[in-house]
Amino acid sequence: MHELPQQLANGLILGSMYGLIAIGYTMVYGIVQLINFAHGEIFMTGGFGALTTWLALPDGTSIWLALPLMLVGGVLTAVLIAMAAERFAYRPLRGAPRLAPLITAIGLSIALQQAVWSWYPNAKDARTFPQIPGGPISLTSSLSIQRADLFLLVAAPLSMVVLGTFVRKTRTGRAMQATAQDPDTAKLMGINTDRIIVVAFALGAAFAAVAAVAHGLRYGQVDYQMGFIAGLKAFTAAVLGGIGNIYGAMLGGLVLGVAEALATAYISDVPGMHQLGGGSWADVWAFVLLIVVLLVRPQGLLGERVADRA
Amino acid sequence: MTALLEVEDLRVAYGKIEAVKGISFKVDAGEVVTLIGTNGAGKTTTLRTLSGLLKPVGGQIRFEGKPLNGVPAHRIVSLGLAHSPEGRHIFPRMTIEENLLLGAFLRRDAAGIQKDVRKAYDLFPILGERRRQAAGTLSGGEQQMLAMGRALMSQPKLLMLDEPSMGLSPIMMQKIMSTITELRATGTTILLVEQNAQAALSLADQGHVMETGRVVLSGTGRDLLHDESVRKAYLGED
Repeated sequence: MHELPQQLANGLILGSMYGLIAIGYTMVYGIVQLINFAHGEIFMTGGFGALTTWLALPDGTSIWLALPLMLVGGVLTAVLIAMAAERFAYRPLRGAPRLAPLITAIGLSIALQQAVWSWYPNAKDARTFPQIPGGPISLTSSLSIQRADLFLLVAAPLSMVVLGTFVRKTRTGRAMQATAQDPDTAKLMGINTDRIIVVAFALGAAFAAVAAVAHGLRYGQVDYQMGFIAGLKAFTAAVLGGIGNIYGAMLGGLVLGVAEALATAYISDVPGMHQLGGGSWADVWAFVLLIVVLLVRPQGLLGERVADRA
Repeated sequence: MTALLEVEDLRVAYGKIEAVKGISFKVDAGEVVTLIGTNGAGKTTTLRTLSGLLKPVGGQIRFEGKPLNGVPAHRIVSLGLAHSPEGRHIFPRMTIEENLLLGAFLRRDAAGIQKDVRKAYDLFPILGERRRQAAGTLSGGEQQMLAMGRALMSQPKLLMLDEPSMGLSPIMMQKIMSTITELRATGTTILLVEQNAQAALSLADQGHVMETGRVVLSGTGRDLLHDESVRKAYLGED
């Protein structure tokens, strides 16, 4: 059961999902130095947006036809909620002490959870998410991949290529880099930094919604609390990779996913640690890894030293 | 003829502390005007207010006769006011060429932009040699050249330079000052803020001496250079 290639594949799949969510944390932090703790809930609303789209389609619609529409629905929902959050919750606090937006983010995260719980039909329990039919695909005798995860394996690298090209090649992308490096001077260049901040929130939400669809396909359900642990893991991934660095976010996600998978599978084989194996310990290993990285390399794997901002 | 820039009774405050307490001056097209004075006199605050980074609490700013009050910072550059900020503030993790292109962020004339990039390299050949290098790796003087070149990329009607000689070696400072003279000869209008009064006054048409938020003395560059109180206070003579 514990074949290494299979565990690595599981880790990479899980990690791709963390990485996609982590992009949102890292981009917003890079531009406004805010940890948007409501980002996990933005991810969750993306899942519900996709579910709503699915429910609105006629019965018997093929999943292959529905999936692109669900992505559009999920992305739109998450982007609109993130833009509203930026406009009404965070923008009025720009220039306030850092603690104020941070507390607002935590409040917003609770508010979004409760709003879905109260107002989304039958959301007090998990809601069933459509599935991709068919069993796992066997690549070799010891390595097989769920059909649902194929979606992630395509979506994650594609998203990174799209985002990387956007940031390096487009006018808005260069304006984002400038705003991240020096917001006041960016204004002197004629860059509307308020607009750039909105773009950062919207892009982060879009990638989180893609991850939410992947999450729904993988676990067969969405629920109002799904953003909590996923958000925390993605935040860990962003810090692990070096917060502010978009490639770091994906790398951090992959490292975290693989570490979690390997720890879950093999820690119990270490003498004296047989009680610490199994899935229920996965989260513990993820956060142990975070603590170790923060001790050894506080700026994260691809992070730059903070001093050169001065 | 109206002045290019008119500042009237401008007042700027940080919270309750007034840093600029009602100053007035004007800049005519083609002139070099300098604000000199010690640290904390309010020179940088004045420039940051002109470019919209700070909001005034009182007074009027008019550029080409139109009021600038309330215009957001990112719109002001499109009106023709470029600001090379104190401390240079180049984008350290971008290349020199990317920095220059950001100076032309609002321009859409690709051919004209390319031409102006070449002009910047003619003005500062060292930037051309290092165009693909990250700007953060440049020396202080080279960063100052880049900051000036970047400001020129917006084809400004008024170029505001904040402390271009700060922290530079005497040779580098001379190079920067002679560039300002060169720009002046091509008809560029410049508002120059400097602590180096000698250098600034010798190339300025008009000068204003600031002290704790007020203009205490105004005159032509030449007159101020020979003014006894200026010589005592800012040129280190007894």
